Amino acid sequence: MQDPFPLANIIDNFNGRVSVAANVTDMPCVIVNPQDLVELCLFLRDNEMFKFNFMADIGGVDFYPNLPRYQLVYHLYSISLGWRLRIKCPLDEPPTAPTITHLWTTANWHEREAYDMFGIVFEGHPDLRRIYMWQEFEGWPMRRDFPLRGYKDKYNPFGAERPGEGKSPIGDIL
Amino acid sequence: MTDVNIIHESNNEDGLSREVLMNLGPQHPSTHGVLRLLLQMDGEIVKRIEPHIGLLHRGTEKLCESFTYTQIFPLTDRLDYLCQPSNNLGYALAVEALLDIKAPERAQYIRVLMAELSRISGHLLITGALPMDVGAITTLLYTMRDREMIMDLMEMISGARMHTSFCRVGGVREDLPEGCVERIIEFCDIFEQRITDYEDLVGNNRVFLARVENVGNITGEDAIALGLSGPCLRASGVDWDIRRDAPYEIYDRLDFNVIVRADGDCYDRWKCRVDEMVESLKMIRQCVAQMQPGPFLIADPKIAFPVNKDLLAHSMEAQIHHFKLAAEGFKVPKGEVYTAIEAPKGELGFYIISDGTEKPFRVKIRAPSFVNLQALTDRTTNMKYLADVIAMIGSLDPVMKEVDK
Amino acid sequence: MGSLTDRYKDNVLFTTSDNIINWSRRSSLWPETFGIACCAIEMIAAGCARYDLDRFGVVFRPSPRQSDVMIIAGTITKKMAPIIRRLYDQMPEPRYVIAMGTCAISGGVYNTYSVVQGSDLFVPVDVHVAGCPPRPDALLHGMVLLQEKISASRQSKQAKDSSQPPLTQQSANIKENV
Repeated sequence: MQDPFPLANIIDNFNGRVSVAANVTDMPCVIVNPQDLVELCLFLRDNEMFKFNFMADIGGVDFYPNLPRYQLVYHLYSISLGWRLRIKCPLDEPPTAPTITHLWTTANWHEREAYDMFGIVFEGHPDLRRIYMWQEFEGWPMRRDFPLRGYKDKYNPFGAERPGEGKSPIGDIL
Repeated sequence: MTDVNIIHESNNEDGLSREVLMNLGPQHPSTHGVLRLLLQMDGEIVKRIEPHIGLLHRGTEKLCESFTYTQIFPLTDRLDYLCQPSNNLGYALAVEALLDIKAPERAQYIRVLMAELSRISGHLLITGALPMDVGAITTLLYTMRDREMIMDLMEMISGARMHTSFCRVGGVREDLPEGCVERIIEFCDIFEQRITDYEDLVGNNRVFLARVENVGNITGEDAIALGLSGPCLRASGVDWDIRRDAPYEIYDRLDFNVIVRADGDCYDRWKCRVDEMVESLKMIRQCVAQMQPGPFLIADPKIAFPVNKDLLAHSMEAQIHHFKLAAEGFKVPKGEVYTAIEAPKGELGFYIISDGTEKPFRVKIRAPSFVNLQALTDRTTNMKYLADVIAMIGSLDPVMKEVDK
Repeated sequence: MGSLTDRYKDNVLFTTSDNIINWSRRSSLWPETFGIACCAIEMIAAGCARYDLDRFGVVFRPSPRQSDVMIIAGTITKKMAPIIRRLYDQMPEPRYVIAMGTCAISGGVYNTYSVVQGSDLFVPVDVHVAGCPPRPDALLHGMVLLQEKISASRQSKQAKDSSQPPLTQQSANIKENV
């Protein structure tokens, strides 16, 4: 069995800027502000005690109508030591966060997906464009105030009525 | 779609541009689905690749927020459509972690058995598709023949050839039918010989080796930074397998080897999968030998249907519970969990946030093919020609439905 | 063909020509290799050894310019729909469309912001093969249905008076509405 995860070490190194999420039970979870995110990730990746070299997942969450509305959730894994860690980063409106593409290359597409689905802008990202929806699409699909069926157009007649004037921007998307 | 921003026209002094932007469109025999590649080419040499995905984005994650936990199983089936029971298993494990329950032992054996059968099924397709992409079309016909045998087994067990939706929270939907175990052992005996046939047919072929050896080499460090997992990572020399390192279900009772290869080229990724099929056969035999009779679903009436259907005819409470489960679903306590399993393509993770109701608040799917496909961009070496790009896509084995969720 | 129309108006020759033309068209339907999603795997399985499509004369062609039928197999998203329409336009006539799977017929279980609720919203569909995914036998049945539909079609100008316009005319009508 491996040694217990030295969570206290992270907290001490970042006195006050990183806190532990007590209600999360399946893996250690820390909460950090966006301005300290890059420093924390660099520390976790390079420090010999942690060696988090595998960035598993970056996801966004929308807590509408609660505040802070957005949250970025990072999952890290250390291949040599076998530890998993979750980092949560609450974001306000409008949601912006620093990019960590220079730390783990895999973050590139994950951040593009978070941008496409939630509208979270990553400062310093080399190529922030939509990845799933087409470039002219308006709206952020995974936000809770975006209808599941989208807005009514010729491709999906079950969509919701567009608020305001009824013209859909989709039209002919060729 | 005006999102072209990678073209760099390198003009010579005489004003003629050398490089051409080419579109390897979504309709192509060898792009493994709807993948669009923009290639910046200098003659036959590829300078930059930009994959365009999202042509199969269906909003699975948003749809999960309006389905109950049991209704999401068919949606997870349709993520990686070559190995559905694995996806079901990953999702079931995540919800069971939220509920803090464990499936009964027989159910765990059945789930692992289905997962390993699906691993063989998924690897078989790419074992045939990569040679087909580089020109050896016969191999696909052979491997599909064996996939038909596995689909027959799936149909015998669950009723459907492909989208089985066999797992449930707390176990599996039904027990294995009569005669299934004998058919599985028969399949194992037949298939073992056939794997060596594929290795002899294609693996020693000079033309195939010339097309895939030393093509698309990815070093171990690059692979970890790119987030690769599964056979793509193990072919680059990184020894990591979730089944061995963080065992879930009954994997700690099974004896198997983890296949690690050193070079990280297309051939290594292909060979890794072929060898993993041999290991999966071993695991299937062990599962079948170790399985004991028992319940196939957890005995909690608030979470799962009763194992003994006669109970519904006699007991009023059982009927009411059955009705509530079917109409409303079960409530999951507040919390969040991230569970990762070793799917055939890599690390498949489910991050589920529950708000105490019967529908999840947020389901985030960490799809391995989505991450593996990013390796097509600049980082890999030795991918010089257009033909190498085709071999590279084949060896990374992306399943577009999983890439696009 | 046009010069014979007025000369042999009520002659049995046209019926025979119809038969010959329809027979040749239905016996060598060449589909485009155009699998989008999971139904593509069943389409490949239908083309492989057990449910052999080749015995129906079906040979998969990589290019739309060389194919007769387009099997739309899989979920169609709004991003993909114009591409499918362009591929359909690139096919030479007579061309047919088989919508395979519930996602291609009506959007399937995915009634979301990015999925087209049925391929007949932008291409004219001849045969619907239902299932999720349909078994390869179901796809074979769909192919046979398409063959029967082709056998029943009329190629001559007389068909303008009948209630069933020829297939090529139908597709031209729907194209204008898109």
